[in-house]
Amino acid sequence: MSTTSNAPATPTPHSRIVIRLDNVTRVYKVGVERIHALDGVTLELRQNEYVAVMGPSGSGKSTLMNLLGCLDRCTSGVYELDGYDTTRLGAGGLAHIRNTRIGFVFQSFELMGRSSALKNVEMPLIYSRDGWWSRHKRARQMLERVGLADRVKHRPNQLSGGEKQRVAIARALVCNPSILLADEPTGNLDSKTSEDILRLFDQLHAEGQTIVLVTHEESVARHAKRVIRMMDGRIFTDLSSEEDQAQRAAMAEHFGEVLK
Amino acid sequence: MKAILGIPMAFLKLFYQSIYLALGQIWANKARSILTTTGIVIGVASVTSVIAALTGLKANVLSNFESLGTNKIFISPHRPREGRFKSASWRLIRFRPEIFEGLKERCPSIDDHTLMAEGSEAVHYGVESIDSARVYGINPSWHRIENRSVVMGRPFTLMDEENGWQVCLITPKVRDELRMDRNCIGKRIVVGQRSFTIVGVVEQRVESSMFGGMGSSQEVFIPFPTAWKLWGPWTWMYAIASCRKPELSAEAQAELRFFLRQTRRLGPGDPDTFRLEVIEEYLKQFNTVAKTTTAIAGGVVGISLLVGGIGIMNIMLVSVSERTREIGLRKAVGARPAAILFQFLVESVVLCLFGGLIGAGCGQLLTELIAKIPGAALDKAYIPLWALGLSFGFAAATGVFFGMFPAIKAARLDPIEALRHE
Repeated sequence: MSTTSNAPATPTPHSRIVIRLDNVTRVYKVGVERIHALDGVTLELRQNEYVAVMGPSGSGKSTLMNLLGCLDRCTSGVYELDGYDTTRLGAGGLAHIRNTRIGFVFQSFELMGRSSALKNVEMPLIYSRDGWWSRHKRARQMLERVGLADRVKHRPNQLSGGEKQRVAIARALVCNPSILLADEPTGNLDSKTSEDILRLFDQLHAEGQTIVLVTHEESVARHAKRVIRMMDGRIFTDLSSEEDQAQRAAMAEHFGEVLK
Repeated sequence: MKAILGIPMAFLKLFYQSIYLALGQIWANKARSILTTTGIVIGVASVTSVIAALTGLKANVLSNFESLGTNKIFISPHRPREGRFKSASWRLIRFRPEIFEGLKERCPSIDDHTLMAEGSEAVHYGVESIDSARVYGINPSWHRIENRSVVMGRPFTLMDEENGWQVCLITPKVRDELRMDRNCIGKRIVVGQRSFTIVGVVEQRVESSMFGGMGSSQEVFIPFPTAWKLWGPWTWMYAIASCRKPELSAEAQAELRFFLRQTRRLGPGDPDTFRLEVIEEYLKQFNTVAKTTTAIAGGVVGISLLVGGIGIMNIMLVSVSERTREIGLRKAVGARPAAILFQFLVESVVLCLFGGLIGAGCGQLLTELIAKIPGAALDKAYIPLWALGLSFGFAAATGVFFGMFPAIKAARLDPIEALRHE
């Protein structure tokens, strides 16, 4: 079967390019072995895109997330974020990029248990260049935006799973990032709460937020407007949500026939 | 302008940020913070109280010396061991009153001086007698230098000195031994072969608590010129000078030496034919001993600070490893390595300074307790400012030194690894 590496699925040529990966590789050395976690990924993401990255474990999607989130550096290739080349930045420079341009949402929320929701949301502002003085106001506004205006003083252990993830999303957005990176954001939630969180993502997308979501659940990926499937460190398919669904249906039919 | 201010402002912000985070962390772990800092508390408390006790001891010894007169300089003739006076006869070496003429004008650091002649004579009054009383020839300034005033009658006057009158002052002890009336002014006693009129009574010698009574307290005082005339140039003559302030002692000695070398006509290569002795000298020896004791005590309690510091390092390492995920998160949301380093470093320094503060308080309490120990001669114990500064400085240095390794460890964590940490 031929690899179909199509052009971006939702071409919105007028909007700005946020992320540009050009032939990016990431090689881990384990003993004498060299593992190609990413093996030549080329990708463009425009503003206000809503992308789901899917793939089996070991396909390189986590490595891709770490790279996109500037937590890791690529072995070769170019990664441009908002037009800046990030490949040559040091640890401090990358920290600054993470602070101002990237928001993370994790599967296990990663909230500080001893601090209130407000303090958790304030946290990135402590490290920002100009957010220090306005941090209370901005954190409060952000909690209102995710629908937690009445949970400001609550600690994480007084919140439900969905509320915790909302706090985490508020924290990710408090510095007005260019992209929101969510790594299995619904992995620890039941299906109803997951739906709530995904609706929040839809709402944020409607408000203009660029979102990249890593998941292995088809129901989650269905919310995205573009689906990237990865395999062995490469992009396997890159289609719009509708095309992706259609192709899957076709494949299911095809395999069904073969198996018969 | 903004670029110039940028760097210090960024540094200031980093500092403020770190203190904010560190205080939050310490407050969140109150019980652990207090336990951690106990080592530093004990260290600082023992440093300050030991230094306070030594300071008190020193103050006490000093005041004991003070009662003897720390600003007194004894001037006596002395035959040098070498040089051209090595085998000079005593006649050449001894003092004559003339060599002290003009001393007051030439030695500005000298407050006053008295010439002294000393002898031992039998004293009679009627049938009563003292076999050998100390007889001193003195100048009127002696009272001020020795700090022994006349309690009854009058001191010697210029008239007594110039006319060489045979008048004397006695101590109450002599009066009692001779079984005289309480008011013995105007009575005549026989000192040696001659008769003297008593004009006053001098207060008894102060018995120093530390050095005991030196010399007999059966003392008779006569004007120096009278003594010089009576006993002739063969008497043992010396002088006592007092300097204006105890701190001026060295200067006063130098002036005296210069002055005496001139009046005694000593050449540039000649050794001194006199000797200057100061109680200060003994004080210096005591100070050396005190300093050594302080240093040893400081070293011993320094070990307790070291132990406290290791406690801090241990707890900081625990803190770093149990907060690995948090550190990973902070890095993910944009904390620079420097910010993480500073946060942990400031946390350990604040812990140490906090311990130092409590320790200083405990030290003050201990000092007050020490001062109340009866009979320990430590009632003057107090914590000198330098000891406070020293122990705080050491506490802060301990914080930086022992906090550095855990802080570097935290700052170097890889955010991906840290977030994956269980």
